[in-house]
Amino acid sequence: MVLVYAESPNGQFKKAAFEAVSYGKKVATLLGQPCAAITLGTAAAKADELGKYGAEKVYNVANAQLNHLDSQVAGAVLANAAKQLNATVVVLSHTSTGKAIAGRLAVRLDAGLVSGVNSLPELDNGSLHVKKSVFSGKAIAEYAINTPVKVLSLMGNAIRPEVSGAPVAVEALNIEVPAGRITVKSVKTIEGRVPLPEAEIVVSAGRGMKDPSNWGIVEDLAEVLDATTACSRPVADSDWRPHHEHVGQTGIAIRPNLYIAIGISGAIQHLAGVNNSKVIVVINKDPEAPFFKAADYGVVGDLFEVVPRLTESIKKFKTAN
Amino acid sequence: MKFLVCIAQTPDTTAKVSFDADGKAFNTAGVQFIMNPYDEWYALVRACELREALGGTVVAINVGPATNETTIRKALAIGADEAVRIDAESASSAFVAKQIAAYAKDQGFDLIFLGKETIDYNGSEVGAMLAEYLDLPYIPLASKLELAGNVATIERDIEGGVEVLEASLPLVVSASKGMAEQRIPNMRGIMMARSKPLQVVQPVAFDEPVDAVRFTLPPAKAGVKLVDPEQMDELVRLLHEEAKVI
Ligand SMILES: Cc1cc2nc3c(=O)[nH]c(=O)nc-3n(C[C@H](O)[C@H](O)[C@H](O)COP(=O)(O)OP(=O)(O)OC[C@H]3O[C@@H](n4cnc5c(N)ncnc54)[C@H](O)[C@@H]3O)c2cc1C
Ligand SMILES: Nc1ncnc2c1ncn2[C@@H]1O[C@H](COP(=O)(O)O)[C@@H](O)[C@H]1O
Repeated sequence: MVLVYAESPNGQFKKAAFEAVSYGKKVATLLGQPCAAITLGTAAAKADELGKYGAEKVYNVANAQLNHLDSQVAGAVLANAAKQLNATVVVLSHTSTGKAIAGRLAVRLDAGLVSGVNSLPELDNGSLHVKKSVFSGKAIAEYAINTPVKVLSLMGNAIRPEVSGAPVAVEALNIEVPAGRITVKSVKTIEGRVPLPEAEIVVSAGRGMKDPSNWGIVEDLAEVLDATTACSRPVADSDWRPHHEHVGQTGIAIRPNLYIAIGISGAIQHLAGVNNSKVIVVINKDPEAPFFKAADYGVVGDLFEVVPRLTESIKKFKTAN
Repeated sequence: MKFLVCIAQTPDTTAKVSFDADGKAFNTAGVQFIMNPYDEWYALVRACELREALGGTVVAINVGPATNETTIRKALAIGADEAVRIDAESASSAFVAKQIAAYAKDQGFDLIFLGKETIDYNGSEVGAMLAEYLDLPYIPLASKLELAGNVATIERDIEGGVEVLEASLPLVVSASKGMAEQRIPNMRGIMMARSKPLQVVQPVAFDEPVDAVRFTLPPAKAGVKLVDPEQMDELVRLLHEEAKVI
């Protein structure tokens, strides 16, 4: 079977979990096997909903110790579940949780791991071929996994969650939970919008903004688009914006449907974090700015005039639609 | 306190990426190689800071061929006390994790640092594998780490926030931005690095679970469509009707 670990940070399933289950279902169909989802802990509500995304069975290991992540504990529990259920493929999300666990599972299950896969696998003479983006989006790698059991972690926003079934009853899975060695003290969440790695629309600004007091126009645009804000590295480094907004090679990598870059030159290290975006719009007064080469749509103009105008146009569009 | 820092060598961030005709091998001609930025700026520097405050030894380890020694010497110049090179091409993250685990297993390291990912193959895989081989806790994406005696308090990046946690040593940690500030090696460091020990270790046998079949370049962008800065209604129309993203 294909076993999908549906993560539920803070007791909630988010898009990453639905994407992983939808992906797992497709892999299962390709292999002619059933698809099951597994959830850990006692906090997750509505696990039966995972059935809608293609899980024919949903298992839960109901132990409160699993409500917070300790990769050593979660790795052991998931590996034992995979063995007990005879899983041939284990799917996780390539998130802060998945990154903590995937490698452990691979070692425990003697499985080949490919992390951050971004498209459906193919079968080639019995071996599973998967693709991922490498060199910060500058190349695509295809790997063949040779082991009987395989572990895949799915890049966020790589596929859309797809409803293909109905809710199913959650079955308790009895697996021993070893003692953990990590204590989670607190979780500080950043107020406001959808977290950057999950955002479908991102409005990002750079040094062209001149001063942190000018960010109002960026926030207004983000507001009308229901987008998350991001920034270039020098902007975060000079504390104009919070560090968690920094995208690029040394910040975070994102792949939204729409990335709007305002007053950002498009240095290669910035592009490394954003060039997997589906559509890129660049607003820059310099027609020679390198970002235009990576853009789908470009506006050559002064951002202080263009951005408020764009916000107005979107408002108009939203009211009309 | 004994610190181990895993350092990878990667192509320079601005390197042109290309492959040989059958897409098997990365073209290294004209490519500059550097220490993976997360390993250098964050993991290594934080290990050196902790050693400076608490005493002990920082060992830098790399799985790679002899040509990686320039990068390894740089780690020594930044502040590592000694280095180990496992003499093999770093074929895959599974291979690298296996080799480092084989070396580290009976060395009594208190804290093992990695970078959050390599910027070439972007795996974020080695840390969890290494921690599993060594049966140690693993905390990836750490942006802050303080030690009080045997207990580490760590902040790590999670989606939309930060998780604060505590764990006692020994531990494996991967470092992201915030952990430390980049250090530029000074003349004295560079001189001293020349005489610091660099041990070469032979690899252990390992069956590759995953093979790279081929590398390709992503399709080129169709080219930018420019919209008049006065015509933002037109941009909105294109985003809605053509790109279908709003
Ligand atoms: C190893 C390494 C890693 C790095 N990692 C990252 C990373 O993760 N993320 C990142 O972002 N950078 C990173 N950098 C830095 C990167 O190289 C660039 O320096 C940085 O991205 C530039 O930021 P910027 O585009 O905001 O500023 P600038 O390069 O100064 O560009 C500002 C742009 O604004 C435009 N502009 C100015 N005024 C206006 C106006 N009124 N209207 C419209 N446009 C205007 C200008 O034409 C210009 O193109 C890294 C660098 C190195 C060496
Ligand atoms: N060849 C290598 N030698 C030593 N450490 C490595 C090597 N490759 C990767 N690492 C370490 O593992 C981390 C994560 O790498 P990866 O899992 O490949 O993204 C890097 O930041 C390094 O700290």
